[in-house]
Amino acid sequence: MSDGLRDLEVTVWRGREAAGSYQRFSVPRQESQTVLDVIAWIQQNADPTLSYRYACRVGMCGSCAMTVNGKPRWTCRTHVSKVVKGDRLEVGPLRNLPVIKDLAVDMDPFFDKWVAAEGVFHPEKSRHDPIEPVRPTSEQRVVADRGIECINCAVCYASCDTVSGNPDYLGPAALNRAWTLYNDQRDGDRRGILDAVSGSGGCHNCHSQGSCTLYCPNELDPLGSIAGLKRATVRRAFGMEG
Amino acid sequence: MKIRPHRQHPLWFAFILHRLSGLALALFLPLHFYVMALALNAPEKLDGFLHWAEAPLVKFAEFGLVFLLAVHIFGGLRLLALELLPWSGRQKTLAATAVSLSFLLSVGFFLRAI
Repeated sequence: MSDGLRDLEVTVWRGREAAGSYQRFSVPRQESQTVLDVIAWIQQNADPTLSYRYACRVGMCGSCAMTVNGKPRWTCRTHVSKVVKGDRLEVGPLRNLPVIKDLAVDMDPFFDKWVAAEGVFHPEKSRHDPIEPVRPTSEQRVVADRGIECINCAVCYASCDTVSGNPDYLGPAALNRAWTLYNDQRDGDRRGILDAVSGSGGCHNCHSQGSCTLYCPNELDPLGSIAGLKRATVRRAFGMEG
Repeated sequence: MKIRPHRQHPLWFAFILHRLSGLALALFLPLHFYVMALALNAPEKLDGFLHWAEAPLVKFAEFGLVFLLAVHIFGGLRLLALELLPWSGRQKTLAATAVSLSFLLSVGFFLRAI
């Protein structure tokens, strides 16, 4: 039922990065319709060969991010009414990642950079050690908590022009993760994290354009996290390790 | 030239303004040094230039130059604060403040010049 609303004119990216083009579909408009609803409608009613990725539909899994009218969005929580231009909607794959087909991108480079930024917990104790209490109100923990709700959707990575310009740049998500671990008192290799993020593709590449923070659907602040890493590396360079 | 949709936000404009003002100042500096050098090498040429520099259009261009210089300084101070001082989430406000101060300074210069 389209509730008397005009149909949406949707153009969707089809094919691979080099040999692809936008294809036009007409999609019935509904109330409270999300961009993911639109894509699902096309795949179920117009062209079953359309490839895209999603899982939870409630903004938790981070798999449905796409470029909607030129801006990266989590499509399951993006209402058509908020982003539609007239009746037009242009949906493409995320920028800065290789396109596998249609709207599905290869996330490998994105996750490889999490590992390269030492965005993995470094345990230093065994099960035989007593559990270390972490005070939730401690300054360090408060800083770490601000960045831990990342869902790995790669919206920040796709919005970042520094990533576009330098394929080796670790990107906002990986650096944000490194910053949360750097502020985790249980982490056993905080120096190693600073080493990993201060190399040639590290935090000092960031031009502070702030697109990551602007577009993060979970309202995290990778720009602030990267600035924190910059500060920490500068402190270390001057022998003022905190 | 159309600015791509994902770039249409204040901090990206602050970024591009900083870059372009830096570039314009880099282009201006050699010219500036050349004119300064005239004082030593060819004083009569310098006098001719200074007379030309009194023209209203040149005064207006100087206003632009002062704005570029001011916006590059204040924008640079914002970036230094962003990277070295405790984090502040009010980056949009700080960028707007940098541009406002630059306008204040350059308009003040312009009003004195005319």
